[in-house]
Amino acid sequence: MSVRVYTSSKSYRAGQFFGGLIVALIVIAIASLLPLLPWYKLNPVLDFIGMHPWLNAFLKAFVVVNFVALHVLFLIWLERKFAGWMQARLGPKHVGWQGLGQTLADAIKLFLKEDIVPAKADRQLFAIAPFLSFMPTLLTFMVLPFSAAWIAYDYDLGALFVVAVSTNVALGVLAAGWGANNKYSILGGARAVAQLLSYEIPMVMMILAVVTLSDTMSMKQIVLRQAHLWNIVAYWPVMIPAFLIFLTCALAELNRTPFDLPEAESELVSGFHTEYSGMRFAFFYLAEFANNFFSAGFAVTLFFGGWYGPILPPVVWFTLKTLILICVMMWIRWTLPRLRIDQVMGFCWKVLVPISLVVYCITALIALK
Amino acid sequence: MGVKEKPVTKEEMESWRIPIPGGAAIIAPVERVAQWARKNSLWSLTFGLSCCAIEMMSTAAPRYDLDRFGMIFRATPRQADVMIVAGWVSVKMAPYIKRLYDQMPEPKYVIAMGGCACAGGPYRDSITIVKGVDHFVPVDVYVYGCPPRPENLINGILKLQDKIAREHVLTRNGDRAPHREPIIIGENA
Repeated sequence: MSVRVYTSSKSYRAGQFFGGLIVALIVIAIASLLPLLPWYKLNPVLDFIGMHPWLNAFLKAFVVVNFVALHVLFLIWLERKFAGWMQARLGPKHVGWQGLGQTLADAIKLFLKEDIVPAKADRQLFAIAPFLSFMPTLLTFMVLPFSAAWIAYDYDLGALFVVAVSTNVALGVLAAGWGANNKYSILGGARAVAQLLSYEIPMVMMILAVVTLSDTMSMKQIVLRQAHLWNIVAYWPVMIPAFLIFLTCALAELNRTPFDLPEAESELVSGFHTEYSGMRFAFFYLAEFANNFFSAGFAVTLFFGGWYGPILPPVVWFTLKTLILICVMMWIRWTLPRLRIDQVMGFCWKVLVPISLVVYCITALIALK
Repeated sequence: MGVKEKPVTKEEMESWRIPIPGGAAIIAPVERVAQWARKNSLWSLTFGLSCCAIEMMSTAAPRYDLDRFGMIFRATPRQADVMIVAGWVSVKMAPYIKRLYDQMPEPKYVIAMGGCACAGGPYRDSITIVKGVDHFVPVDVYVYGCPPRPENLINGILKLQDKIAREHVLTRNGDRAPHREPIIIGENA
């Protein structure tokens, strides 16, 4: 293999852009042809599954877990490619077509690596922490409405369920920080928990605003109320600040760059996953990116009309909107520098919480009218 | 301080082999996948010792872009696969580098970058500089130059990838896994 030096010239980047555009159009065209296939022939099979609740539950869980695992492979590649474009680099290139095999190689390598448990670690806590932080993320996918039919379980208290379950990520992070018996880990874990719990308050307030306006907590119903007009358009004076606050809080909860203090490389080696190697570290990464997709999907559900859109099938619309929002998150991540810990906490309690209270009060007035 | 390993005899290697009928047909494709994954995802440890580190950073920066080969820099040795020793190693620094190497999980590789890390370089006559990192960690690839250009380092990385593509999954170059000696650094370290 010879060494080639690529310069990311303007023409090269234009080629990448248009090439990506063409691929995206082909994918969308294929996806829009999918509803024309004779799906009704599957009805007897679906009826059979519907009659057996255990089989039904198992199949749903199987699909959700596989979707989470597979889309993370794509998202990590996208993130690295995006970082490359932002920094005038090329990003992964030589592993598979345009580096698409990169994440797969990373995943296989991580699973084959030695699994180190430090001698003085709390072994049980250390072992269970990655799964503790991955499980809540997986559970939240249960109520994410990809379309009116593609929702694993339409829970009446969907939004409340998300809030209640997703906060448990903090438990896993704290367990990782404490269990590793490492000063950087415990500092990272403590920071993560403080940040997560603080930013949960304005976030819940904004979810509550949407819930108040749509008069329901079911994720499906929230989207159904937006059939004619998205929330962010219909109630724009309150919903635009609400969305911005929601996005900020989501970034903080995901530990992404303006708020990536829990894993700040220049201060705490890698934060709460400093001592994790191989498969367990892979699980932390999986949880982070799955959470990223979920946050974006949740924002789409609350503000951007979920699966509604012209021509394309609903599932494609939902995924497309979510991917666009994820790209916005990546854009923010690779643009902004990291904040200080006191700035992070001060910004939450002195700025976000009062603003979100005001926004919520106005929303309540609108809802009363 | 050197890690002395007894060379493995042919009889010993034969004794490790487990006879399964048709076993090679199952293991070979799995091994090939593992080799492909390992060689294409070499995560490097973030640390630089001296002037070679500038060239290493330049290699990772936009013009040469190590991310093309799937190489990213991880801050913690627990998540790193390859250690690029970029620069001279003083006698005081050596135990810490050995410690970082010991903290990395197997399989792990070392690239000695520049004349100093390979053999002491211009400081060969100094009493405070270790004459090559291979005195205390097993080196896979030596990249010469003072400092080597980024192209040269990339060449070394590609050579390392070729080497990984040849090695077996359970053993390293047919050797037994290197014996690790913990180094104790003071009481509170």
